[in-house]
Amino acid sequence: MITTTKGDMDESLLEKREGTIDNDNETTTWVEYWLEGELVHRSAHVQLKRAVVSFGETAEF
Amino acid sequence: MANTQCMTNSFKVDLFNAVHAFNATGIPAHTLATADVFKAALYTAASSLGTTTTSYTSATTEVSGTNYVAGGVTVTFGTAPSNTTTTAFLTPSASITYTNVTLSTSFDAMLLYNNTNSGKNAVAVFTFTAQTVTAGTFSLTMPTNDATTGLLRIA
Repeated sequence: MITTTKGDMDESLLEKREGTIDNDNETTTWVEYWLEGELVHRSAHVQLKRAVVSFGETAEF
Repeated sequence: MANTQCMTNSFKVDLFNAVHAFNATGIPAHTLATADVFKAALYTAASSLGTTTTSYTSATTEVSGTNYVAGGVTVTFGTAPSNTTTTAFLTPSASITYTNVTLSTSFDAMLLYNNTNSGKNAVAVFTFTAQTVTAGTFSLTMPTNDATTGLLRIA
């Protein structure tokens, strides 16, 4: 069953579209379910690749 | 042996744990007996979050939509800050997940902030390709918690 804007629906009744975005910053996958040309479900999952880094330094006298 | 000028590795870990307070100005008025609660809020692609973002309350254009609670969700830090050689690192121990939400306005940023601190001070901003969610789930999966890929690192 898929959660949709019209309530839970059997996946077999829906058109499924999927995609992936892969770059230096992230790997993102998304899935959409369409019903008669209407988007009724979209989920996205992001795997972050790039962290935030702070560099600590000491000064010379 | 020779002496080496440096910032010690232990100090970098201590920064994550608020061990040091060099000056009374700016010390938050809360006990450090327990860990603070951190949250993750999502922001629209029209936002301007960045290095000058100081707090959750100062950030505007947070997303809104069905089942999304303003302020975002709690982030779990189940693993203590650590260090490998010269880099201290810290990563949430679980994915950050917004379940069964509808967010129609595209969003491309997450603000990690301290929800215990009265100022709701900002920690970091993470960006990604703009997304929308329709009656679905949005999740941010964490990288491996180490000195190379840990989400927050002090090198």
